[in-house]
Amino acid sequence: MTGWRAGIAATCLMLALWQTVIWTTGVARFILPPPALVAQTIWDSRALLAEHAVVTMAEVLIGLLLGAALGFVSAIGLVASPTARALVRPILVFSQSVPVFALAPILTLWLGFGLWSKITMALIIIYFPVTSSFFDALMRTNRDWIGLAKVMGASPARIMWHIRVPAALPGFASGLRLAAVYAPIGAIIGEWVGASKGLGYLMLLANGRAKTDLMFAALIVLAILTILLHAAVNKLCEKTLDRPE
Amino acid sequence: MNQLLRMTGSAAIDGTPIFSQLDLVLTPHSWTCLLGASGVGKSTVLRLFAGLAEGITFNGSLSKPGCVAMMAQQDLLMPWLSVMDNVLLGASLRGERADKPRARDRLEQVGLADHADKLPAALSGGQRQRVALARTLMEDRAVVLLDEPFSALDALTRAQMQELTAELLAGRTVLLVTHDPNEAARLGQTILIMTPTGLVDIAAPTSPIPRDIHAADVLRAQADLFDHLRRPT
Repeated sequence: MTGWRAGIAATCLMLALWQTVIWTTGVARFILPPPALVAQTIWDSRALLAEHAVVTMAEVLIGLLLGAALGFVSAIGLVASPTARALVRPILVFSQSVPVFALAPILTLWLGFGLWSKITMALIIIYFPVTSSFFDALMRTNRDWIGLAKVMGASPARIMWHIRVPAALPGFASGLRLAAVYAPIGAIIGEWVGASKGLGYLMLLANGRAKTDLMFAALIVLAILTILLHAAVNKLCEKTLDRPE
Repeated sequence: MNQLLRMTGSAAIDGTPIFSQLDLVLTPHSWTCLLGASGVGKSTVLRLFAGLAEGITFNGSLSKPGCVAMMAQQDLLMPWLSVMDNVLLGASLRGERADKPRARDRLEQVGLADHADKLPAALSGGQRQRVALARTLMEDRAVVLLDEPFSALDALTRAQMQELTAELLAGRTVLLVTHDPNEAARLGQTILIMTPTGLVDIAAPTSPIPRDIHAADVLRAQADLFDHLRRPT
Protein backbone atom coordinates (compact mmCIF):
# COMPACT_ATOMS: atom_id res chain seq x y z
CA MET A 1 0.00 0.00 0.00
CA THR A 2 2.89 2.38 -0.68
CA GLY A 3 0.61 4.23 -3.16
CA TRP A 4 -1.80 5.11 -0.37
CA ARG A 5 0.96 6.15 1.99
CA ALA A 6 2.60 8.31 -0.64
CA GLY A 7 -0.77 9.94 -1.39
CA ILE A 8 -1.40 10.75 2.26
CA ALA A 9 2.14 12.07 2.69
CA ALA A 10 1.78 14.29 -0.40
CA THR A 11 -1.55 15.64 0.90
CA CYS A 12 -0.01 16.46 4.28
CA LEU A 13 2.90 18.16 2.57
CA MET A 14 0.55 20.32 0.49
CA LEU A 15 -1.53 21.29 3.53
CA ALA A 16 1.65 22.21 5.40
CA LEU A 17 2.83 24.36 2.50
CA TRP A 18 -0.55 26.03 2.25
CA GLN A 19 -0.57 26.85 5.98
CA THR A 20 3.05 28.04 5.84
CA VAL A 21 2.22 30.51 3.06
CA ILE A 22 -0.59 31.94 5.20
CA TRP A 23 1.59 32.22 8.31
CA THR A 24 4.55 33.80 6.55
CA THR A 25 2.69 36.24 4.28
CA GLY A 26 -0.28 37.05 6.50
CA VAL A 27 -2.48 37.05 3.39
CA ALA A 28 -6.12 37.99 3.96
CA ARG A 29 -8.53 35.08 4.32
CA PHE A 30 -10.71 36.28 1.46
CA ILE A 31 -7.67 35.90 -0.82
CA LEU A 32 -6.40 32.59 0.55
CA PRO A 33 -8.44 30.96 3.31
CA PRO A 34 -6.53 28.69 5.72
CA PRO A 35 -7.00 24.93 5.36
CA ALA A 36 -8.82 24.64 8.67
CA LEU A 37 -11.41 27.21 7.59
CA VAL A 38 -11.94 25.39 4.27
CA ALA A 39 -12.37 22.11 6.12
CA GLN A 40 -14.89 23.81 8.41
CA THR A 41 -16.75 25.19 5.38
CA ILE A 42 -16.82 21.79 3.69
CA TRP A 43 -18.42 20.34 6.82
CA ASP A 44 -20.86 23.23 7.41
CA SER A 45 -21.95 23.43 3.77
CA ARG A 46 -21.97 19.69 3.19
CA ALA A 47 -25.62 19.64 2.10
CA LEU A 48 -25.09 22.49 -0.37
CA LEU A 49 -21.87 20.98 -1.73
CA ALA A 50 -23.45 17.54 -2.05
CA GLU A 51 -26.41 18.96 -3.95
CA HIS A 52 -24.14 20.61 -6.52
CA ALA A 53 -21.63 17.76 -6.60
CA VAL A 54 -24.38 15.31 -7.55
CA VAL A 55 -25.24 17.46 -10.57
CA THR A 56 -21.62 17.78 -11.69
CA MET A 57 -20.95 14.08 -11.23
CA ALA A 58 -24.08 13.20 -13.20
CA GLU A 59 -22.82 15.37 -16.07
CA VAL A 60 -19.37 13.80 -15.84
CA LEU A 61 -20.58 10.20 -15.68
CA ILE A 62 -23.10 10.54 -18.51
CA GLY A 63 -20.51 12.40 -20.61
CA LEU A 64 -17.95 9.72 -19.84
CA LEU A 65 -20.28 6.87 -20.77
CA LEU A 66 -21.46 8.52 -24.00
CA GLY A 67 -17.97 9.69 -24.96
CA ALA A 68 -16.49 6.24 -24.32
CA ALA A 69 -19.25 4.52 -26.29
CA LEU A 70 -18.97 6.98 -29.16
CA GLY A 71 -15.18 6.71 -29.18
CA PHE A 72 -15.37 2.91 -29.15
CA VAL A 73 -17.72 2.81 -32.12
CA SER A 74 -15.87 5.52 -34.10
CA ALA A 75 -12.49 3.85 -33.70
CA ILE A 76 -13.87 0.56 -35.00
CA GLY A 77 -15.54 2.36 -37.89
CA LEU A 78 -12.33 4.19 -38.78
CA VAL A 79 -10.32 0.96 -38.73
CA ALA A 80 -12.91 -0.97 -40.71
CA SER A 81 -13.30 1.57 -43.51
CA PRO A 82 -10.33 3.17 -45.27
CA THR A 83 -12.73 5.69 -46.83
CA ALA A 84 -13.98 6.79 -43.43
CA ARG A 85 -10.37 7.00 -42.30
CA ALA A 86 -9.41 9.25 -45.21
CA LEU A 87 -12.42 11.52 -44.69
CA VAL A 88 -12.76 11.68 -40.93
CA ARG A 89 -9.20 11.69 -39.67
CA PRO A 90 -8.32 15.17 -40.97
CA ILE A 91 -11.54 16.46 -39.40
CA LEU A 92 -10.62 14.83 -36.10
CA VAL A 93 -7.16 16.35 -36.13
CA PHE A 94 -8.57 19.75 -37.12
CA SER A 95 -11.11 19.56 -34.31
CA GLN A 96 -8.21 19.29 -31.88
CA SER A 97 -6.89 22.68 -33.01
CA VAL A 98 -10.14 24.36 -31.92
CA PRO A 99 -9.90 25.27 -28.24
CA VAL A 100 -12.79 23.38 -26.66
CA PHE A 101 -13.26 26.22 -24.19
CA ALA A 102 -14.39 28.38 -27.10
CA LEU A 103 -17.18 25.91 -27.86
CA ALA A 104 -18.79 26.19 -24.44
CA PRO A 105 -20.81 29.37 -25.15
CA ILE A 106 -22.04 27.91 -28.46
CA LEU A 107 -23.10 24.67 -26.78
CA THR A 108 -24.95 26.65 -24.12
CA LEU A 109 -26.67 28.62 -26.86
CA TRP A 110 -27.68 25.46 -28.70
CA LEU A 111 -28.43 23.10 -25.83
CA GLY A 112 -29.53 25.48 -23.11
CA PHE A 113 -28.49 25.95 -19.49
CA GLY A 114 -29.40 22.45 -18.40
CA LEU A 115 -27.49 19.21 -18.12
CA TRP A 116 -27.01 18.53 -21.83
CA SER A 117 -24.68 21.40 -22.69
CA LYS A 118 -22.30 20.18 -19.93
CA ILE A 119 -22.62 16.52 -20.90
CA THR A 120 -21.83 17.45 -24.48
CA MET A 121 -18.85 19.50 -23.36
CA ALA A 122 -17.48 16.56 -21.35
CA LEU A 123 -18.20 14.24 -24.27
CA ILE A 124 -16.33 16.42 -26.76
CA ILE A 125 -13.33 16.77 -24.51
CA ILE A 126 -12.93 13.00 -23.97
CA TYR A 127 -13.98 11.82 -27.42
CA PHE A 128 -10.60 12.42 -29.04
CA PRO A 129 -8.35 10.70 -26.46
CA VAL A 130 -10.65 7.67 -26.31
CA THR A 131 -11.01 7.38 -30.08
CA SER A 132 -7.39 7.96 -30.88
CA SER A 133 -5.91 5.59 -28.29
CA PHE A 134 -8.37 2.81 -29.21
CA PHE A 135 -7.83 3.47 -32.94
CA ASP A 136 -4.04 3.27 -32.58
CA ALA A 137 -4.33 0.03 -30.62
CA LEU A 138 -6.68 -1.47 -33.23
CA MET A 139 -4.26 -0.54 -36.03
CA ARG A 140 -1.35 -2.11 -34.16
CA THR A 141 -2.96 -5.57 -34.04
CA ASN A 142 -0.33 -8.25 -34.61
CA ARG A 143 -0.37 -8.90 -38.40
CA ASP A 144 0.36 -12.58 -37.82
CA TRP A 145 -2.77 -12.96 -35.67
CA ILE A 146 -4.80 -11.48 -38.52
CA GLY A 147 -3.02 -13.77 -41.01
CA LEU A 148 -3.81 -16.81 -38.87
CA ALA A 149 -7.46 -15.75 -38.65
CA LYS A 150 -7.62 -15.35 -42.45
CA VAL A 151 -6.15 -18.81 -42.98
CA MET A 152 -8.83 -20.09 -40.60
CA GLY A 153 -11.43 -18.59 -42.91
CA ALA A 154 -12.60 -15.64 -40.81
CA SER A 155 -14.55 -12.75 -42.35
CA PRO A 156 -13.27 -9.18 -41.78
CA ALA A 157 -16.13 -8.55 -39.34
CA ARG A 158 -15.22 -11.61 -37.26
CA ILE A 159 -11.52 -10.70 -37.36
CA MET A 160 -12.54 -7.30 -36.00
CA TRP A 161 -14.73 -8.70 -33.26
CA HIS A 162 -12.71 -11.77 -32.21
CA ILE A 163 -9.14 -10.58 -32.79
CA ARG A 164 -8.70 -6.83 -33.22
CA VAL A 165 -11.13 -5.53 -30.59
CA PRO A 166 -10.04 -7.86 -27.77
CA ALA A 167 -6.38 -7.27 -28.69
CA ALA A 168 -6.91 -3.50 -28.51
CA LEU A 169 -8.88 -3.33 -25.24
CA PRO A 170 -5.82 -2.31 -23.19
CA GLY A 171 -5.46 0.67 -25.57
CA PHE A 172 -9.12 1.52 -25.01
CA ALA A 173 -8.45 1.33 -21.25
CA SER A 174 -5.64 3.88 -21.46
CA GLY A 175 -8.01 6.21 -23.34
CA LEU A 176 -10.62 5.74 -20.62
CA ARG A 177 -8.11 6.56 -17.88
CA LEU A 178 -7.34 9.87 -19.59
CA ALA A 179 -11.04 10.49 -20.14
CA ALA A 180 -11.79 10.07 -16.43
CA VAL A 181 -9.49 13.02 -15.70
CA TYR A 182 -10.64 15.16 -18.64
CA ALA A 183 -14.39 14.70 -18.29
CA PRO A 184 -14.75 16.83 -15.11
CA ILE A 185 -12.83 19.64 -16.85
CA GLY A 186 -15.44 19.63 -19.62
CA ALA A 187 -18.35 19.67 -17.22
CA ILE A 188 -16.88 22.52 -15.15
CA ILE A 189 -16.18 24.66 -18.23
CA GLY A 190 -19.78 24.09 -19.29
CA GLU A 191 -21.00 25.18 -15.87
CA TRP A 192 -18.88 28.32 -15.87
CA VAL A 193 -20.43 29.50 -19.10
CA GLY A 194 -23.98 29.11 -17.95
CA ALA A 195 -25.64 26.95 -15.34
CA SER A 196 -27.87 27.06 -12.34
CA LYS A 197 -26.39 24.01 -10.60
CA GLY A 198 -23.12 22.17 -10.22
CA LEU A 199 -19.77 22.69 -8.52
CA GLY A 200 -18.51 25.00 -11.29
CA TYR A 201 -21.57 27.16 -10.87
CA LEU A 202 -21.11 27.15 -7.08
CA MET A 203 -17.49 28.27 -7.47
CA LEU A 204 -18.51 31.23 -9.62
CA LEU A 205 -21.29 32.11 -7.22
CA ALA A 206 -18.97 31.95 -4.19
CA ASN A 207 -16.34 33.96 -6.02
CA GLY A 208 -18.83 36.71 -6.84
CA ARG A 209 -19.76 37.02 -3.18
CA ALA A 210 -16.14 36.95 -1.96
CA LYS A 211 -16.83 33.62 -0.20
CA THR A 212 -13.37 32.31 -1.03
CA ASP A 213 -13.60 29.56 1.55
CA LEU A 214 -16.68 28.13 -0.18
CA MET A 215 -14.93 28.40 -3.53
CA PHE A 216 -12.00 26.42 -2.19
CA ALA A 217 -14.39 23.95 -0.59
CA ALA A 218 -16.07 23.34 -3.97
CA LEU A 219 -12.67 23.05 -5.65
CA ILE A 220 -11.46 20.47 -3.15
CA VAL A 221 -14.66 18.45 -3.40
CA LEU A 222 -14.25 18.48 -7.17
CA ALA A 223 -10.62 17.37 -6.91
CA ILE A 224 -11.51 14.53 -4.55
CA LEU A 225 -14.35 13.37 -6.80
CA THR A 226 -12.04 13.45 -9.83
CA ILE A 227 -9.41 11.39 -8.01
CA LEU A 228 -12.06 8.89 -6.90
CA LEU A 229 -13.45 8.68 -10.43
CA HIS A 230 -10.00 8.07 -11.85
CA ALA A 231 -9.30 5.41 -9.22
CA ALA A 232 -12.62 3.70 -9.95
CA VAL A 233 -12.06 3.75 -13.72
CA ASN A 234 -8.51 2.50 -13.18
CA LYS A 235 -9.75 -0.38 -11.04
CA LEU A 236 -12.45 -1.24 -13.56
CA CYS A 237 -9.90 -1.23 -16.39
CA GLU A 238 -7.52 -3.47 -14.46
CA LYS A 239 -10.33 -5.91 -13.72
CA THR A 240 -11.86 -6.09 -17.19
CA LEU A 241 -9.73 -4.59 -19.99
CA ASP A 242 -6.05 -4.90 -19.12
CA ARG A 243 -4.18 -8.12 -19.55
CA PRO A 244 -0.78 -9.37 -18.54
CA GLU A 245 1.49 -9.72 -21.56
CA MET B 1 -6.46 -34.43 -51.26
CA ASN B 2 -4.77 -36.58 -53.88
CA GLN B 3 -4.15 -33.88 -56.41
CA LEU B 4 -0.60 -32.63 -56.67
CA LEU B 5 0.08 -29.26 -55.10
CA ARG B 6 2.31 -27.29 -57.40
CA MET B 7 3.58 -23.73 -57.55
CA THR B 8 5.40 -22.46 -60.62
CA GLY B 9 6.35 -18.88 -61.32
CA SER B 10 7.96 -15.84 -59.81
CA ALA B 11 7.11 -13.45 -57.01
CA ALA B 12 7.98 -9.91 -56.04
CA ILE B 13 7.22 -7.73 -53.05
CA ASP B 14 6.95 -3.98 -53.72
CA GLY B 15 8.74 -4.46 -57.04
CA THR B 16 11.68 -6.32 -55.49
CA PRO B 17 11.95 -9.82 -57.00
CA ILE B 18 11.85 -12.49 -54.31
CA PHE B 19 12.15 -15.62 -56.43
CA SER B 20 11.78 -16.51 -60.09
CA GLN B 21 11.13 -19.63 -62.11
CA LEU B 22 10.31 -21.64 -59.07
CA ASP B 23 8.79 -25.06 -59.61
CA LEU B 24 7.71 -26.57 -56.32
CA VAL B 25 5.69 -29.74 -56.04
CA LEU B 26 4.29 -31.02 -52.76
CA THR B 27 3.87 -34.78 -52.65
CA PRO B 28 0.49 -35.63 -51.14
CA HIS B 29 0.43 -37.26 -47.70
CA SER B 30 4.10 -36.61 -47.08
CA TRP B 31 6.45 -34.08 -45.53
CA THR B 32 8.31 -31.66 -47.78
CA CYS B 33 11.05 -29.67 -46.07
CA LEU B 34 12.12 -26.37 -47.56
CA LEU B 35 15.48 -24.95 -46.52
CA GLY B 36 17.56 -22.05 -47.75
CA ALA B 37 19.24 -18.81 -46.82
CA SER B 38 17.26 -16.01 -45.19
CA GLY B 39 15.51 -13.77 -47.70
CA VAL B 40 15.43 -16.39 -50.45
CA GLY B 41 11.63 -16.45 -50.31
CA LYS B 42 10.72 -19.51 -48.25
CA SER B 43 8.16 -17.61 -46.22
CA THR B 44 6.74 -16.04 -49.37
CA VAL B 45 6.12 -19.52 -50.79
CA LEU B 46 4.35 -20.45 -47.59
CA ARG B 47 2.24 -17.29 -47.58
CA LEU B 48 1.21 -17.88 -51.18
CA PHE B 49 0.08 -21.42 -50.33
CA ALA B 50 -1.78 -20.02 -47.31
CA GLY B 51 -3.59 -17.45 -49.44
CA LEU B 52 -1.96 -14.54 -47.61
CA ALA B 53 -0.78 -12.89 -50.82
CA GLU B 54 -1.31 -9.34 -49.56
CA GLY B 55 1.54 -7.24 -50.95
CA ILE B 56 3.00 -10.11 -52.99
CA THR B 57 2.95 -9.93 -56.79
CA PHE B 58 2.86 -13.50 -58.03
CA ASN B 59 3.23 -14.44 -61.68
CA GLY B 60 2.66 -18.06 -62.43
CA SER B 61 0.35 -20.86 -61.57
CA LEU B 62 -0.55 -22.21 -58.18
CA SER B 63 -2.82 -25.17 -57.69
CA LYS B 64 -5.16 -23.97 -54.98
CA PRO B 65 -4.64 -26.10 -51.93
CA GLY B 66 -8.10 -25.16 -50.66
CA CYS B 67 -8.31 -24.95 -46.91
CA VAL B 68 -4.99 -25.22 -45.15
CA ALA B 69 -3.85 -25.04 -41.55
CA MET B 70 -0.84 -23.03 -40.54
CA MET B 71 1.57 -23.08 -37.64
CA ALA B 72 4.29 -20.47 -37.26
CA GLN B 73 7.42 -19.80 -35.25
CA GLN B 74 5.39 -17.72 -32.82
CA ASP B 75 2.60 -19.73 -31.26
CA LEU B 76 0.14 -16.88 -32.06
CA LEU B 77 -2.04 -17.78 -29.10
CA MET B 78 -4.53 -15.08 -28.19
CA PRO B 79 -3.41 -13.98 -24.71
CA TRP B 80 -6.97 -13.16 -23.59
CA LEU B 81 -8.36 -16.62 -24.42
CA SER B 82 -7.97 -19.74 -22.32
CA VAL B 83 -6.04 -22.68 -23.76
CA MET B 84 -9.35 -24.35 -24.60
CA ASP B 85 -10.73 -21.26 -26.33
CA ASN B 86 -7.49 -20.89 -28.28
CA VAL B 87 -7.91 -24.44 -29.59
CA LEU B 88 -11.50 -23.53 -30.52
CA LEU B 89 -10.46 -20.25 -32.18
CA GLY B 90 -11.08 -21.46 -35.75
CA ALA B 91 -14.66 -22.42 -34.95
CA SER B 92 -15.47 -19.11 -33.28
CA LEU B 93 -13.85 -17.20 -36.16
CA ARG B 94 -16.04 -19.03 -38.65
CA GLY B 95 -19.13 -18.73 -36.47
CA GLU B 96 -19.34 -22.50 -36.06
CA ARG B 97 -20.51 -24.36 -33.00
CA ALA B 98 -17.64 -25.07 -30.62
CA ASP B 99 -16.88 -28.80 -30.50
CA LYS B 100 -15.50 -28.93 -26.97
CA PRO B 101 -15.17 -32.72 -26.66
CA ARG B 102 -13.03 -32.82 -29.80
CA ALA B 103 -10.92 -29.88 -28.58
CA ARG B 104 -10.40 -31.75 -25.30
CA ASP B 105 -9.25 -34.81 -27.29
CA ARG B 106 -6.74 -32.66 -29.18
CA LEU B 107 -5.43 -31.20 -25.94
CA GLU B 108 -5.09 -34.72 -24.59
CA GLN B 109 -3.12 -35.72 -27.68
CA VAL B 110 -0.59 -32.97 -27.00
CA GLY B 111 -0.59 -33.79 -23.28
CA LEU B 112 -2.21 -30.58 -22.04
CA ALA B 113 -5.68 -31.74 -21.00
CA ASP B 114 -5.08 -30.47 -17.46
CA HIS B 115 -4.24 -26.97 -18.69
CA ALA B 116 -7.44 -26.30 -20.65
CA ASP B 117 -8.65 -23.45 -18.42
CA LYS B 118 -5.31 -21.66 -18.07
CA LEU B 119 -4.30 -18.56 -19.95
CA PRO B 120 -1.38 -18.93 -22.39
CA ALA B 121 0.76 -16.66 -20.19
CA ALA B 122 0.76 -19.39 -17.53
CA LEU B 123 2.42 -21.91 -19.88
CA SER B 124 6.04 -22.50 -20.90
CA GLY B 125 7.23 -21.88 -24.47
CA GLY B 126 7.09 -25.59 -25.30
CA GLN B 127 3.60 -25.96 -23.83
CA ARG B 128 2.38 -22.93 -25.77
CA GLN B 129 3.66 -24.41 -28.99
CA ARG B 130 1.84 -27.64 -28.15
CA VAL B 131 -1.38 -25.65 -27.77
CA ALA B 132 -0.68 -24.19 -31.22
CA LEU B 133 -0.29 -27.76 -32.50
CA ALA B 134 -3.60 -28.74 -30.90
CA ARG B 135 -5.22 -25.71 -32.58
CA THR B 136 -3.71 -26.77 -35.91
CA LEU B 137 -4.99 -30.34 -35.46
CA MET B 138 -8.41 -28.98 -34.55
CA GLU B 139 -8.59 -27.35 -37.98
CA ASP B 140 -8.22 -30.85 -39.45
CA ARG B 141 -6.92 -29.80 -42.87
CA ALA B 142 -5.37 -32.06 -45.51
CA VAL B 143 -2.58 -29.55 -46.09
CA VAL B 144 -0.56 -28.15 -43.18
CA LEU B 145 1.96 -25.34 -43.54
CA LEU B 146 4.67 -25.11 -40.90
CA ASP B 147 6.83 -21.99 -40.76
CA GLU B 148 9.81 -22.80 -38.54
CA PRO B 149 7.44 -23.88 -35.78
CA PHE B 150 10.13 -25.29 -33.50
CA SER B 151 12.95 -22.81 -33.99
CA ALA B 152 12.20 -20.82 -30.82
CA LEU B 153 12.31 -23.90 -28.59
CA ASP B 154 15.25 -25.35 -26.68
CA ALA B 155 16.92 -28.42 -28.24
CA LEU B 156 15.25 -31.00 -26.04
CA THR B 157 11.75 -29.54 -26.34
CA ARG B 158 12.32 -29.13 -30.07
CA ALA B 159 13.14 -32.84 -30.50
CA GLN B 160 10.01 -33.80 -28.54
CA MET B 161 7.84 -31.41 -30.55
CA GLN B 162 9.23 -32.79 -33.83
CA GLU B 163 8.28 -36.31 -32.81
CA LEU B 164 4.83 -35.33 -31.53
CA THR B 165 4.06 -33.25 -34.63
CA ALA B 166 5.23 -35.97 -37.05
CA GLU B 167 3.09 -38.49 -35.24
CA LEU B 168 -0.04 -36.32 -35.10
CA LEU B 169 0.20 -34.96 -38.65
CA ALA B 170 0.79 -38.39 -40.20
CA GLY B 171 -1.03 -38.82 -43.52
CA ARG B 172 -1.33 -35.10 -44.22
CA THR B 173 0.47 -33.07 -46.86
CA VAL B 174 2.97 -30.99 -44.91
CA LEU B 175 5.23 -28.18 -46.05
CA LEU B 176 7.84 -27.42 -43.40
CA VAL B 177 10.00 -24.33 -43.78
CA THR B 178 13.07 -24.69 -41.58
CA HIS B 179 16.62 -23.47 -41.04
CA ASP B 180 17.67 -26.61 -39.23
CA PRO B 181 19.38 -29.37 -41.29
CA ASN B 182 18.83 -31.82 -38.46
CA GLU B 183 15.12 -31.11 -38.43
CA ALA B 184 14.91 -31.60 -42.20
CA ALA B 185 16.87 -34.86 -41.96
CA ARG B 186 14.52 -36.15 -39.25
CA LEU B 187 11.22 -35.11 -40.78
CA GLY B 188 11.69 -34.57 -44.52
CA GLN B 189 10.40 -37.13 -47.00
CA THR B 190 11.32 -34.67 -49.70
CA ILE B 191 14.07 -32.17 -48.88
CA LEU B 192 14.49 -29.08 -51.00
CA ILE B 193 16.94 -26.22 -50.74
CA MET B 194 15.69 -22.97 -52.16
CA THR B 195 18.35 -20.87 -53.92
CA PRO B 196 18.06 -17.74 -56.05
CA THR B 197 18.40 -19.95 -59.13
CA GLY B 198 15.83 -22.54 -58.19
CA LEU B 199 15.27 -25.59 -56.04
CA VAL B 200 17.90 -28.20 -55.25
CA ASP B 201 16.56 -31.65 -54.43
CA ILE B 202 18.53 -33.39 -51.69
CA ALA B 203 18.17 -37.14 -51.29
CA ALA B 204 16.12 -37.69 -48.15
CA PRO B 205 16.42 -40.78 -45.96
CA THR B 206 13.76 -43.33 -46.82
CA SER B 207 13.00 -44.54 -43.30
CA PRO B 208 9.64 -43.54 -41.76
CA ILE B 209 9.38 -40.29 -39.83
CA PRO B 210 10.05 -39.10 -37.18
CA ARG B 211 13.51 -40.57 -37.60
CA ASP B 212 15.82 -41.38 -34.76
CA ILE B 213 18.28 -38.60 -33.98
CA HIS B 214 21.32 -40.88 -34.21
CA ALA B 215 20.21 -43.03 -37.15
CA ALA B 216 23.01 -43.26 -39.69
CA ASP B 217 20.89 -42.06 -42.61
CA VAL B 218 19.73 -39.02 -40.60
CA LEU B 219 23.28 -38.05 -39.77
CA ARG B 220 24.37 -38.52 -43.38
CA ALA B 221 21.49 -36.44 -44.73
CA GLN B 222 22.19 -33.77 -42.15
CA ALA B 223 25.85 -33.58 -43.18
CA ASP B 224 24.84 -33.46 -46.84
CA LEU B 225 22.50 -30.58 -46.13
CA PHE B 226 25.19 -28.68 -44.26
CA ASP B 227 27.49 -29.03 -47.25
CA HIS B 228 24.85 -27.79 -49.66
CA LEU B 229 23.80 -24.87 -47.49
CA ARG B 230 27.42 -23.76 -47.07
CA ARG B 231 28.23 -24.01 -50.71
CA PRO B 232 28.31 -20.51 -52.22
CA THR B 233 25.65 -20.03 -54.86
